[in-house]
Amino acid sequence: MSSTLLQPRLSAHLRRLEAESIAIIREVAASFRNPVMLYSIGKDSGVMLHLALKAFAPGKPPFPLLHVDTTWKFREMIEFRDQVARRYGLDLIVHTNEEGLRRGINPITSGSALHTQVMKTEALKQALDKYQFDAAFGGARRDEEKSRAKERVFSFRGEGHSWDPRNQRPELWNLFNTRIRQGESIRVFPLSNWTEFDVWDYVLAEDLPVVPLYFARPRPVVRRSGTWIMVDDGRLPLEPGEQPEMRWVRFRTLGCYPLSGAIESRAQTLEAIIAEMRGARTSERQGRLIDSDEEASMEKKKREGYF
Amino acid sequence: MDTNAYAAGTEAATRGLLRFLTCGSVDDGKSTLIGRLLYDSQLIMEDTLKSLEKDSRRHGTTGEEIDLALLVDGLEAERQQGITIDVAYRFFATPRRSFIVADTPGHEQYTRNMATGASNSDLAIILIDARKGVLTQTKRHTYICSLLGIRHIVVAVNKIDLVGFSQDAFDRIVGDYVTFAAPLGFHSIVPVPISARYGDNVTTRSGNMPWYRGTTLVGHLETVEVEQEAADKPFRFPVQWVNRPNLDFRGFSGTVASGRIARGDQVVVAASGKASRVARILAPGGEADSAAAGEAVTLCLEDEIDIARGDVLCPPSQRPAVVDQFAAHILWMDEEPMLPGRQYLMRIGNLWTPASVTSIRHGVNVNTLEHEPARQVELNGIAFCNLSTARPVAVDAYEENRATGAFILVDRFTNRTAAAGMVAFPLRRATNIHHESTLVDKAARAALNQQKPVVLWFTGLSGSGKSTVAKLVERELHRAGRLTYILDGDNVRHGLNRDLGFTDADRVENIRRIGEVARLFVDAGVIVLCSFISPFRAERQMVRDLMEPGEFVEVFVDTPLEECMRRDPKGLYARARAGAIPNFTGLDSPYEPPEAPEITLRTVGTTPEALAQELLRRLREMGYP
Repeated sequence: MSSTLLQPRLSAHLRRLEAESIAIIREVAASFRNPVMLYSIGKDSGVMLHLALKAFAPGKPPFPLLHVDTTWKFREMIEFRDQVARRYGLDLIVHTNEEGLRRGINPITSGSALHTQVMKTEALKQALDKYQFDAAFGGARRDEEKSRAKERVFSFRGEGHSWDPRNQRPELWNLFNTRIRQGESIRVFPLSNWTEFDVWDYVLAEDLPVVPLYFARPRPVVRRSGTWIMVDDGRLPLEPGEQPEMRWVRFRTLGCYPLSGAIESRAQTLEAIIAEMRGARTSERQGRLIDSDEEASMEKKKREGYF
Repeated sequence: MDTNAYAAGTEAATRGLLRFLTCGSVDDGKSTLIGRLLYDSQLIMEDTLKSLEKDSRRHGTTGEEIDLALLVDGLEAERQQGITIDVAYRFFATPRRSFIVADTPGHEQYTRNMATGASNSDLAIILIDARKGVLTQTKRHTYICSLLGIRHIVVAVNKIDLVGFSQDAFDRIVGDYVTFAAPLGFHSIVPVPISARYGDNVTTRSGNMPWYRGTTLVGHLETVEVEQEAADKPFRFPVQWVNRPNLDFRGFSGTVASGRIARGDQVVVAASGKASRVARILAPGGEADSAAAGEAVTLCLEDEIDIARGDVLCPPSQRPAVVDQFAAHILWMDEEPMLPGRQYLMRIGNLWTPASVTSIRHGVNVNTLEHEPARQVELNGIAFCNLSTARPVAVDAYEENRATGAFILVDRFTNRTAAAGMVAFPLRRATNIHHESTLVDKAARAALNQQKPVVLWFTGLSGSGKSTVAKLVERELHRAGRLTYILDGDNVRHGLNRDLGFTDADRVENIRRIGEVARLFVDAGVIVLCSFISPFRAERQMVRDLMEPGEFVEVFVDTPLEECMRRDPKGLYARARAGAIPNFTGLDSPYEPPEAPEITLRTVGTTPEALAQELLRRLREMGYP
């Protein structure tokens, strides 16, 4: 934070969202014993981290980052993650559910539901318990999905990280009730009121680095369930006669590569991505194979402790 | 209209954001209206629409058509029951403005959710079913909006298609509504006849109502001026976080709650009156010359003065009141009723402090708005109260300043958010009543008595053996030359507390008075034995908090209810079971056992004498001579 800014680069709308998020992040640092920021490497996590850096400048955020690694993330995501931690000199905790690995849980033969349950939800709970975190930031937004629209900014979790939608605290004004008992915890969503458009606008205005997978370039892909799946390494079994083909694709959301559908695109810059979104007629989560498993699947996963 | 949602979003960004809530009775069509707004502003994506079609066939109430309400009724339980049970936040934008909508429940049992939505909104859409007109719930919602400081109302008379687009029906409803709402001080009340289901007058003008000359609903939302008045009020900066990354930097982080601040401005800490000047302002974009309401900044001051989270910085000439008593409206949100005298935790700004309602001035009947006497406040109830805080707090009237006039109360044991509060005016009692300091102090009196004064607080069911054991313990202490006194439940109720009954509210006041008397005895250097059922954890905690550390020993006389009923030394259980004594602890009034008492005495299978000896032994172990 050295330069003097005479002209704010951000619109009034983005500045308002930014201020609200910074206040939420500071509130957690001031109110909890041992917070952690979930860092999932995607654009939302990137914005959240950037806001955390601003919130405590000229100091550093007084909490570590946690990445729950399923071992099936895109290789470029892992490279990007390590660069980010190095660049800002932040503590990065990487946690993998070792027991799940031993059981051979994977997104291909175990199915996306079991893989998500064991390698994401269970793994997250393990990490939170292991380090005794009492508050965890997540980058979820209310515009993502219907059950998210009712999520609190400070989402209360009982013992065992359970989420009971009927037992959430009313949030009046900005007077968050941050009090918890031993064994209970809070998930905090500083980007609750951001939309996907806001996130990209902000990435552009603040010139934030994002994983190159968001930009289009020729990648080896195969057609699965009506979407393009990238063959990121040798673990993706090919059907008899199936040949990966090089296509210009990019990703709107990032996760485990066998579960992340790509869209065909030529958008190689932030401006081009935003322009492309102007014509988009599907929501961003559409590319995620895990949400369409069953009706109300997000709500169900959340009750079990998913973010 | 621009059908391009994204282009709309960016252009709207420069026009500012409108936060509003929708409220109305069950089935008035709130969710359908919001679904319509999202649908008309082209924010429904193909995959969402596809899942909506699937949902409509399964849960929908509109036959073959798409049920727009299912777009917003997010939780599975709600879709199955067809009601909205929580606050949902939705986002949409038109070419002229962007919006955040809070969709709030209609039913009376969710008044608290409505208040939550209202606390962060600038405007409310009150939905009225054209067939039903102004209902009790319409009035309740309107009153709550006014109480939470909303100044702009849109009266959306919905389902106008079902009354044949009748102007008479519309005019009659609007007339009724305005008559009711006129005294509530709204700055604008705009009525619009709509059909959320078919879209009449929502985003496009309806051809079905040529008699209606006003704007469409969205047209009004796009243009309504809601005062951004926070920036014009006196500067208030509740300190959220002291930023001290190294010895060279000390800044105070927080969000400017109201007014503006510039480098060089003088500020004072409201509570202590200590003054300094602003040396630097760090904004999210870097170093800044000034900051205004809503901005999250870090302020560095010229002088090293004592400032902590919870303090409020303000201009020397325009300070908030700093008081420990004030009058406020509270809206109760907890299943457990509010009892005057019970301690809660108050959050006001960034400060947490114990606080209690000292008296209820009056309850408000939310359906008639009439004032009613009240001894306690139930879930979804509203009351005008006097409150007392354990430490002085900086407050403004809520009407003057939302940021420094709003507070929440939190249950000390469950941590549930129990109430929303709005400060009406400070009570200046704190400034006229001072503590008179004496020449002989507590330590001197204790030394003269050669003992460590303490409260032995016996709690347990009626008939558990509290008084029996307490009397034996007192006799032993007296024999050993200790100065003692027993405060006993029955005795106190003959005198000091003869005006109190056995309702929950009176039980709380009973214990509060006893606690204060016990404190005076401890101050006098006496060992006080208190034996009271004292069924609620909150009140036992309140008495504990009155004492210094080590001056309160909670003794749980643990006897099972069946055993107490068998003993029944005063014949009370028999009478209570016959219906002669209402609110009897253990039967129709709860007993909350202590969670961490210093001493537990299990009475079954032993004698009172043995228990008295056990207690004395434990006291010696704990260092009480």
